[in-house]
Amino acid sequence: MVNLTIDNRPVTVEDGATILDAARQLNIRIPTLCYLDLHELKMVNKVASCRICSVEVAGRHNLAPACATPVAEGMEVTTNSRRVLFTRRRLLELILSNHPFNCLICAKSTDCELQALAWEFGINTKRYHGEETSFPIDKTSGALKRDPDKCIMCRRCETMCNEVQTVGALTAYGRGFNVIVGPAEMKPFVDSNCTYCGQCVSVCPTAALTGHGYIQETWNAIFDPTKTVVVQVAPAIRATIGEEFGIAPGTPVTGKLVAGLRRLGFDAVFDTTFGADLTIVEEANEIIQRLTTGERLPILTSCCPSWINFIEYQFPNLKYMPSTCKSPQQMTGTIAKTYYAQKIGVKPEDIVVVAVMPCIAKKYEARRPEHETNGVRDVDYSITTRELAKMLKEGGIDLRFMDEEEFDNPLGESTGAGVIFGATGGVLEAALRTVYEKVTGKELTNVDFTAVRGLTDVREAVIDLGGRQLRVAAGSGLGNARKILENVEKGTSQYDVIEIMACPGGCINGGGQPYTRDRLDMIQLRTQALYSIDARSAIRKSHENPSVIKLYEEFLGEPGGHKAHELLHTEY
Amino acid sequence: MPRVNPKPQERVLPPETYAELDAFIAALHLDREDERRKESLIQVLHKAQHLFGFLPEEVQLHIADAFAINHAEVSGVISFYNYFTTTPKGKYQINVCLGTACYVNGAEKVLQEFEHILGIRSGQVTEDGKFSIESLRCVGACGLAPVVTINDRVYGKVQPGKVQEILEHYLVEASGEEAPVHA
Ligand code: SF4
Ligand code: SF4
Ligand code: SF4
Ligand code: FES
Repeated sequence: MVNLTIDNRPVTVEDGATILDAARQLNIRIPTLCYLDLHELKMVNKVASCRICSVEVAGRHNLAPACATPVAEGMEVTTNSRRVLFTRRRLLELILSNHPFNCLICAKSTDCELQALAWEFGINTKRYHGEETSFPIDKTSGALKRDPDKCIMCRRCETMCNEVQTVGALTAYGRGFNVIVGPAEMKPFVDSNCTYCGQCVSVCPTAALTGHGYIQETWNAIFDPTKTVVVQVAPAIRATIGEEFGIAPGTPVTGKLVAGLRRLGFDAVFDTTFGADLTIVEEANEIIQRLTTGERLPILTSCCPSWINFIEYQFPNLKYMPSTCKSPQQMTGTIAKTYYAQKIGVKPEDIVVVAVMPCIAKKYEARRPEHETNGVRDVDYSITTRELAKMLKEGGIDLRFMDEEEFDNPLGESTGAGVIFGATGGVLEAALRTVYEKVTGKELTNVDFTAVRGLTDVREAVIDLGGRQLRVAAGSGLGNARKILENVEKGTSQYDVIEIMACPGGCINGGGQPYTRDRLDMIQLRTQALYSIDARSAIRKSHENPSVIKLYEEFLGEPGGHKAHELLHTEY
Repeated sequence: MPRVNPKPQERVLPPETYAELDAFIAALHLDREDERRKESLIQVLHKAQHLFGFLPEEVQLHIADAFAINHAEVSGVISFYNYFTTTPKGKYQINVCLGTACYVNGAEKVLQEFEHILGIRSGQVTEDGKFSIESLRCVGACGLAPVVTINDRVYGKVQPGKVQEILEHYLVEASGEEAPVHA
């Protein structure tokens, strides 16, 4: 242990702690900008590039960056002397001298960490007018948007992409004044190996990296009298969007959200969770088939498009392994433009499907060329939780004061199994509930497969399917995915079914969710919200979803049958 | 073995040169599991630039794979050093400074004049491989603005009207070299 004083107050901290850690223990707030501590995800960004956290250490000539300076016995730290405050302010003003001052029209406004600092510091003028960089904006992917002029070179995105996700799409490019962060050779994202997981967006303090927005397109569709506009909301949205309206994190807001969407003017409000149940019925069928034949094992879940991109780029030789099932977003879109279109007697081309997703990669997925049926896109626009929150606010809708309403049918009914898709391990658990009953013919009394839940790197379990031992694993974050795939490749993995979600923790921590900064406890609260909905659901097995059963009877035929295959499956 | 950069990249550069580079890399005995292997990266990039004359993407990817690192990392290192170039360079490398001082003194017109006479744009090489044009930021000779460098030679206070003359000097020199050494 190490003893020191900060602003004359004694404190004892562990060896190796930083001044910042010690100050936090005393509830002394030292401002930070580049620093980001997500150690639960194995990411600590400590490049000490901004120096906003500068403090005075007695006996040292220079100010020290608190985030990267280890404590020492007897150290005397001052965090708010005139010199410290003056220096921090000058540093901030220098950063701002090469930063656009167009906060008013910036996508990150009110969520920007640089803006927040400027506000706290009471910055009221642009003091230094130096040369400003000017780089083109990259919107090529239709998923990620990169605006290098807003980059403050904190390198958080690089750390996230390279160390946590192990994708390695980003690098600092150039030197000195003109250095920026972006893909190799500063090529547009479409020409890089980026998977669009959006985790760099989640950690970027400014609007240098954001999602490509489709708010205007969505409004245009809503106000187009010739179109029937249906919206589908992913399982994870109900556990997070409340945060944008000041509702306590971890509070499910399903009914209020449905009411809000209806007030926005959508003609039908559907639940992607219905599509999740449908996915499970198809995928369970596929799992059982592959188990029977023993071919193409392990089977990998395919609901996360970023994960699919990751396999395509990094493990092309394993492309035959993922389930051929489309993701719930795409299944829901397809069924809306076929089955539902028929039911209401509207031509598919007159239906617009808007998907509300926790995700950046879903924007890309919706645009993949293969995802169309008879020339009509399955999903027209995929917007994020954050975008929907903005639309609701613009539309004068405050979720806090909404009465609860029910989803529209037939794509609105869902089970607890579909809801937990939003958390890591959930897809696997949902699949197990169905596979178990289909294989054993017995009723599953305890549906909770708690062994595959949680935030640990890789969770595994062995399930007895009446003689056949099914070995399963779930992991989240692409770094963990890489480890699992390397073992699969080497032949050292013994699993039959593997679930991967690209975002650490799953979709509740997706790149399109309300920003959590370093508050990983929010991820836990969101996860609990989903499991609490599941626990309270009357039906908790996807294959018992009455609307899904009816869909097969009226329209699809058998799971894995000809029509189901044509509409609900794809290939990579 | 960590898989990196699997996206196939079409190659146009000569296989013999790649073979030479590979022999150089093989002699380094890189251990793909050892972080320290990256210390050799610059050395290999130097060699590759020496062999190929420049470091286009296909070469970058080849080297990235040899080191089992991401293309982005190689690209970042190359971008950091002025010495490395990703575009082919001519025998005579014309650099026009576009730093503030040069710019306000008309450097852009000078650049346009070079481009006009040689029929190439900045970043390109003439078909005969003799000249390439680049623009740079401040070279630190602001007193001489606008400044142009050709290989190691510095030209100060260059006006568009002088460009033709400067180029002719090199054309003569070039043709002289192509002539037999001794008559
Ligand atoms: S979206 Fe994901 S893969 Fe793409 S650059 Fe960002 S962190 Fe890397
Ligand atoms: S893009 Fe964002 S996260 Fe990345 S270095 Fe720039 S400011 Fe930081
Ligand atoms: S884990 Fe969910 S939010 Fe993240 S990329 Fe995959 S589908 Fe999108
Ligand atoms: S926060 Fe410490 S140097 Fe940036």
